[in-house]
Amino acid sequence: MNTLIQAIINGLGTGAVYALLAVSFVIIFRATGVLNFAQPGLFILGSFFCSYFAVSLGLPFYLAVVLAMAVVALISIAVERVAIRPMIGRPVFAAALVTVGLFTILLILAFRLFDAAARTVNDPWQLNRFCLVSSDTGCSIAVAHNTIARFVIAMVVLAALGWWLSRSRIGLAMRATSLDQEVALAQGIDVGRVFSLSWAIGGALAALAGILLAANGTVVQATDSLFALVALPALILGGIDSLKGAVIGGLLVGLISAVTSAYQPIYASWLGPNFENVVPYVVMILVLLVRPYGLYGTKEVQRV
Amino acid sequence: MSLAVHNLEVVYEDVMLALRGASLSVPQDQIVAVLGANGAGKTTLLRAMTGLLDIHRGKITRGHVSLDDKKLDTRKAASVVSAGVSQVMEGRRVFAEFTVEENLRVGAHTQGSAGLKEKYDRIYEMFPVLAERRTAGAGYLSGGEQQMLAIGRAMMSEPKYLLLDEPSLGLAPKIVEQIRDLIVSINKSGTGVLLIEQNAAMALSIADHGYVMENGLTVMDAPAATLRSDADIQEFYLGGSGEETASLRDVKHYKRRKRWLS
Ligand SMILES: Nc1ncnc2c1ncn2[C@@H]1O[C@H](COP(=O)(O)OP(=O)(O)O)[C@@H](O)[C@H]1O
Ligand SMILES: [Mg+2]
Repeated sequence: MNTLIQAIINGLGTGAVYALLAVSFVIIFRATGVLNFAQPGLFILGSFFCSYFAVSLGLPFYLAVVLAMAVVALISIAVERVAIRPMIGRPVFAAALVTVGLFTILLILAFRLFDAAARTVNDPWQLNRFCLVSSDTGCSIAVAHNTIARFVIAMVVLAALGWWLSRSRIGLAMRATSLDQEVALAQGIDVGRVFSLSWAIGGALAALAGILLAANGTVVQATDSLFALVALPALILGGIDSLKGAVIGGLLVGLISAVTSAYQPIYASWLGPNFENVVPYVVMILVLLVRPYGLYGTKEVQRV
Repeated sequence: MSLAVHNLEVVYEDVMLALRGASLSVPQDQIVAVLGANGAGKTTLLRAMTGLLDIHRGKITRGHVSLDDKKLDTRKAASVVSAGVSQVMEGRRVFAEFTVEENLRVGAHTQGSAGLKEKYDRIYEMFPVLAERRTAGAGYLSGGEQQMLAIGRAMMSEPKYLLLDEPSLGLAPKIVEQIRDLIVSINKSGTGVLLIEQNAAMALSIADHGYVMENGLTVMDAPAATLRSDADIQEFYLGGSGEETASLRDVKHYKRRKRWLS
């Protein structure tokens, strides 16, 4: 029982990071119809820039977070402007392939700017934890501070974003653009600006996810960017164009992998090590068999 | 004070010549009708006037569009709306996933958020059915209600000119009458109207002036009263021949042949 609760707690923490990532994919997808495979690059640049501001420049952590998000948002805007905007009207898979190339470029950029060394982001949580349930042998359920921080920060940011998208004039314009670009244009919406804004938000969210992932007292390095790809099953699970689906998909993937890593080595060790990394994809395939558009997705998703 | 098109030539995909020399003028106090069969270039004309050619891979290759003697065709779609030219696109195109009120709010995008309440009230006064259904999803409205919503949405930007592309398409005669009366009242309150229609009877019954388009050309240009009494127009567009694909020029042959046959 304790093992399960412990797994759920840990799962919610990483799930929140997946949720941020999945939403960052969705925001960009809904605006431009592009599944942006460069997102892991933005994700890792987020943690690197945060490290630069917080460790190298010694700025306060939260200021470093905001600055890193802003810088990555600008990079994201530039990426859309230079590489994606000219692809409008081309087949969707062509634009998706371009983003794969961009991922490589962003990774190289990350190496150039920050060399290959592992770094920390100097977060205030480090490895601190408190004990939820203790037993004679020590602590049987522990909650890491960074788990709480990940969950709370991600949920607050996502809730605020969802609220803003549904209430504000610009949020409405973004949704209108995702539904019908031509009609949005005819209402006087500057669709190009909506693209830029969507990529900025997508970049900032990916950066925040990267920072929160790195904020666990240990180090972050470029290969950690692959972590971001686990957001893909979360994304597909929820339905590629649904914010709500992305959040739920993200949390689900977090929970499923945490529970798997807690029990599988004991009860199904023949599946081999690191099976928890495979499980999200298995669940994704199962869900797609039953619901081809994901849990919350809408039918007929294909544009640019 | 007018919205005008001067000898416009439009090409799609660098090869498909859709407008070959269209000219017209809409004074702000008038309703101007554009008649023409399917494929004549009416929608293309509207796109050219509102900056929507880009996304259809179309380009203006000759001529220009002007609003009160300022050039309009070099502007982007968003700034055409800001300049006071709104449109109701062919097929209504409301946001089915949005509520009625959200649709209206998108229409006011260029106006910012101030005075939104007054704008809603003005539209709801014009279209009382929309007021009743303000929180309903637009996808659940009837065709006629959707057309009213599309017109209301366009009016949210308080345009100087309203361009309508076949607003009567697919609607019952009773609803068409209602839409027609609304267009008249919109014009009376100071908005110039360009009314594209295949339903010539409806359009000419309220228009001050009319144009006939064929194969990308404006081939006739006359006061609506003249067009109403023109024998060929009557025969061809007002329920005479009923054969849509033929051309106005063919009507003469057609009549001759008919005489010969009988
Ligand atoms: N996006 C497009 N690409 C290529 N050709 C087009 C496009 N849109 C319209 N056309 C062509 O331009 C001509 C005029 O079309 P349109 O303006 O839609 O006529 P109407 O509105 O009078 O029915 C037609 O021959 C049509 O096939
Ligand atoms: Mg048309």
